[in-house]
Amino acid sequence: MIPLLIYVAIFVLSYYLFTKVIHHAARNDYTSLKTVTFGDESAVRPNRTASVISILTLFLLWGMFTGSSLLPKFLHMPGPFEGTATFEYTAQTPDGQRDTATVTVLVHPVDEEVTEPEVDPGDGWAKNDSATIGTWRSGLIRVDRNDDIGRDEGAEVVAVNGKPIAPGGSVETEFGRVGMSPKGTLNFEPAKGWQMEPIWLPAPEAVAARVVEIAREGFRGSTLWEHLGYSLFRVVVGFFFGALVGIPLGYAMGLSDWFRGWFDPIVEFMRPVPPLALIPLVIIWAGIGETGKIILLFLAALWIMAIAARSGVSGVKISKVHAAYSLGASKPQIMRHVIIPNSLPEIFTGARVAMGVCWGTVVAAELVAAEKGAGMMIMVASKFQNTDIVIMGIILIGIIGFGIDMLMRWAERILVPWKGKG
Amino acid sequence: MSGLAIEKISMRFDLPGGGSVQALKDVTLHLKEGELMSVLGPSGCGKTTLLNIVAGFLAPTEGQIVMNGHTVQGPDAERGMVFQQGALFEWMSVRENVGFGPRMKGMPKMDMAETVDHLLDVVGLQDFKEKAVYELSGGMQQRVALARCLANDPDVILMDEPLGALDALTREKMQSLVLKLWKETGKTIILITHSVEEALLLGERLLVMAPRPGRIHREYRLPFADLGVGQDLREVKKHPDYAKTREEILAMIWDMEEEIMGRTEGAGA
Repeated sequence: MIPLLIYVAIFVLSYYLFTKVIHHAARNDYTSLKTVTFGDESAVRPNRTASVISILTLFLLWGMFTGSSLLPKFLHMPGPFEGTATFEYTAQTPDGQRDTATVTVLVHPVDEEVTEPEVDPGDGWAKNDSATIGTWRSGLIRVDRNDDIGRDEGAEVVAVNGKPIAPGGSVETEFGRVGMSPKGTLNFEPAKGWQMEPIWLPAPEAVAARVVEIAREGFRGSTLWEHLGYSLFRVVVGFFFGALVGIPLGYAMGLSDWFRGWFDPIVEFMRPVPPLALIPLVIIWAGIGETGKIILLFLAALWIMAIAARSGVSGVKISKVHAAYSLGASKPQIMRHVIIPNSLPEIFTGARVAMGVCWGTVVAAELVAAEKGAGMMIMVASKFQNTDIVIMGIILIGIIGFGIDMLMRWAERILVPWKGKG
Repeated sequence: MSGLAIEKISMRFDLPGGGSVQALKDVTLHLKEGELMSVLGPSGCGKTTLLNIVAGFLAPTEGQIVMNGHTVQGPDAERGMVFQQGALFEWMSVRENVGFGPRMKGMPKMDMAETVDHLLDVVGLQDFKEKAVYELSGGMQQRVALARCLANDPDVILMDEPLGALDALTREKMQSLVLKLWKETGKTIILITHSVEEALLLGERLLVMAPRPGRIHREYRLPFADLGVGQDLREVKKHPDYAKTREEILAMIWDMEEEIMGRTEGAGA
């Protein structure tokens, strides 16, 4: 909730600052002269300042709530309590005698080895205690263990820091919460602060360090580039075969009624089946090796490419075909010079979609079973609670997916400049 | 026998919902070589159907088209076609579009380049040779379409409302160009149009068609196309017969339109 509020606050504040304070001096192009902008879609272009602030905000929040060393200390959210905490408990014997003792708890980072602090047992029959608890953890403290009159003798703890406590209840202290189990044992939970524990969300620099480490040393016997390369290789090979079969199939469906009738039910049925649903069957048939993955990606790309090629052929304006016939072109010439170039924009759109689907499918397939690959990497890491590797993997998968899309768009601009101009 | 003969063409096809449409009935027409004929009529009179039959894209249910002594069986390079718009190949440059026909015939590269250059000069697009067709304006695109058709040296040119999508000024310029090309090349041209003015200016012969069933209603022989070859078309429009004929044809077409309206309203009631 708090991160969301901070996020909204930054959004509103930066919007106000930018539009009211800076914006006026900036632009003087045609769009800025339009008086009607609300409702005119063409006047809405992404504000790059907003994009930059947006990304910075995400990293800022990430750093704030993980105590990142990249941020100055004053921006950090309150971290978990660390150090020596104390509280007092009051025990009472069945005949009404009360005595108070102090509990000293050393709260330490989980990955540090510490010893219990030495404390003076103190006066009275209730003796002072000591314990160690990791930050973000909690621990039972048997305070009566060293008392002269303990639980077995009928004594029970009735108050913490002077505030009465009963089994199942709790008392807040300045160092954290002291609770009492139904059997009467105290349970100390040091204050957690607002930061995320690294096991849930590591700091950005920890993730970056992981990238460097894994890029250098590899993960599970393969380098980072091997993992990513394997995933990419599967996508490219699967897509290649999908296109190799799908495009001619689509052309045949666009040009012959028999082909259209024959393959329509198959294509129309297979298209809505998510490729992920085929993973179990593919594993049964082809195992978890490369063949299975490539078959899966082939199937993911095949229908998309077939449908794209089919609609590319169906989309050819009849006047273009008529014109070509009137100019003396033969059927193969019409195919080569009219139908194929006319269908290329559609095929490129299909290829972009297919590549995106393939990339998603390969990661999912690797999550299920693989020896190498980006998906396998994050799946294995998650089993060992290596959240930093998981986050690193997600970011890399995102970057590659985005890169593939950019590459396809670039290829489209270069190779089919006539797209949408017919 | 040279020239084009349209012999007793009838066209009837079944509708998907049952019933059938008589699109054309007993259309007979002979064109001599080098004749320029414009075809006019209310929408639904079958003029585009007729053109598609002549081009060979449709087979008539009765009758036949005889061209240079043989019956038309399908589209052929001897009958070139200019469409309203969007029939250029946008994946080719202007030069490649114009050279399409010769290239399909396997004309040697040198001859082809010469033909293309010559035609681009004729239509005034030499400077736009390497441009993509979608970079040109509508009028320029239609000039490319004309040049592309001429590059193939057809005997007959069929034009299906080639200037229909152009603005009034561009249209006038293009009308002069069509007349100029007609005179210079001596091609037989059939031009379909919605515009009465265009039909008058670009028709040595003007055919008015009537709908339901599509048939020839009346034929005119007009002097305006010949007059327009050497002079400004605005001058031609001052000719005393021009306004008279225009009014006559307009009235004729209005009557037909009204008849159609009346018939559909009657059917609806």
